[in-house]
Amino acid sequence: MQESELKRTALYEVHKSWGAKIVPFAGFLMPVQYKGIMAEHKRVRTTVGLFDVSHMGEFQFSGPDAEKFLNKMTINNVAKLDIGQVQYSAMCYNDGGIVDDLLTYRFDDHYVLVVNASNLKKDRDWIQEHIPEQGVDFDDISDDITLLAVQGPRSLDLLKTISSESIEDIPFYHFIIGQIAGMDAVISRTGYTGELGFELYISRSNSLELWNAVVEAGQNFDLEPIGLGARDTLRMEMKYCLYGNDIDATTNPLEAGLGWITKLKKGNFIGRDAIIAAKERGLKRCLVGFEAIDKSIPRKGYPLFKDNLQIGTTTSGTHSPMLNRGIGIGYVSKNHAEVGNEILMETRGKMNPVKIVETPFYKP
Amino acid sequence: MNIPADLRYTKDHEWAKIDGDIATVGITDYAQGELGDIVFVELPQPGDTFDEGDAFGTIEAVKAVSDMYMPLNGEITEINGVLEDEPETVNNSPYEDGWMIKIKMSDPSQADNLLSADQYNEIIGEG
Repeated sequence: MQESELKRTALYEVHKSWGAKIVPFAGFLMPVQYKGIMAEHKRVRTTVGLFDVSHMGEFQFSGPDAEKFLNKMTINNVAKLDIGQVQYSAMCYNDGGIVDDLLTYRFDDHYVLVVNASNLKKDRDWIQEHIPEQGVDFDDISDDITLLAVQGPRSLDLLKTISSESIEDIPFYHFIIGQIAGMDAVISRTGYTGELGFELYISRSNSLELWNAVVEAGQNFDLEPIGLGARDTLRMEMKYCLYGNDIDATTNPLEAGLGWITKLKKGNFIGRDAIIAAKERGLKRCLVGFEAIDKSIPRKGYPLFKDNLQIGTTTSGTHSPMLNRGIGIGYVSKNHAEVGNEILMETRGKMNPVKIVETPFYKP
Repeated sequence: MNIPADLRYTKDHEWAKIDGDIATVGITDYAQGELGDIVFVELPQPGDTFDEGDAFGTIEAVKAVSDMYMPLNGEITEINGVLEDEPETVNNSPYEDGWMIKIKMSDPSQADNLLSADQYNEIIGEG
């Protein structure tokens, strides 16, 4: 893809002015790091960081049959959502493979799905393929929305200085519609870091104004901007799945450890029969977290062995800035998946010992 | 971008400092910047011999892994032991404290084939 075909968020020039290294990601030119992944990662874990994640997609659904339709399309139970509540969920194919993982927001008269930028077009096509002719209105509002994430232990204190809303009263995975720095925003207590944190959905036209307001208020809270590099290492320390790495069209939600969002008893949804069949046959593999015992660093694609037999593959890996050692996520066959099991990881021709551990790797 | 004029370079972003038949080798300022935070450096053993172009070691950054390639034929005489516990030295001082290996060149005339600072600057300018 030519650089000129890549999209820019409304804050592209701001990122450049902060000295960000810009890379193509999911069709966007995005900041991967400013000062460095390690420093940015620790910033979020110790004070507060500001992320532009406007590449994420937002789909709006309204109409009398919106709930029914979304309950067919997604694996969690949309009927259980209260107004002002958010739900982690996914869409599956008929064979139980995952189309995308997503968040479902319930507003008073509509729903919004927040989907991965890398899957935006595929998700839109999948929805349009299934949407009924009447009863559901679907609108891709991704290009109109800027999404800023404010994440870290000081995020709440910071936001309270630029908003008179009762942000402290928003429970985890809930949201309010309110004002931040004088601008309308959806203030959502969600995030991809494991820390106390919020995601702010605003009109694209207010992007610069809100960014500047958060940065200015953030001077008293040691806030810094955070790139996608640290976003990835932060989510890995929590063993949060990343689509394209840990989950994809070939993995079902149960083996990915997403049984807690797979509501098999809620009624029919796309993929349900295949997931039930896979469960009855018995899962063959599951997604585990493992730590390097030596100085090796797990990376996507590295094979995993026990007794000279390949038992799995690494799907994500990094150096953990908080644990100061290599951590990996990967699928291993069920009978080798117990915590404490020592296995071998093939690292560019060498075998390195790794150990399956409890996750999250790091507990904020 | 820091590209010292007294060093020689490769297109793989290594530098070599030639002193008689000994070459000290490391990665360039550009390379460390592209890799980001370096967290592990794997180096060969003194006494190992390699040909030009052979992978002699590996650099692990938080997000990326990269091999390092021999700029010249020769035998490893020394490795930088500091990097075992302080790999970030490569980020902080790529041309001084963050050197990787010293090579006893088997054919010192090979050094003439390496890039000058100006030539290397052109390569990364185009990249």
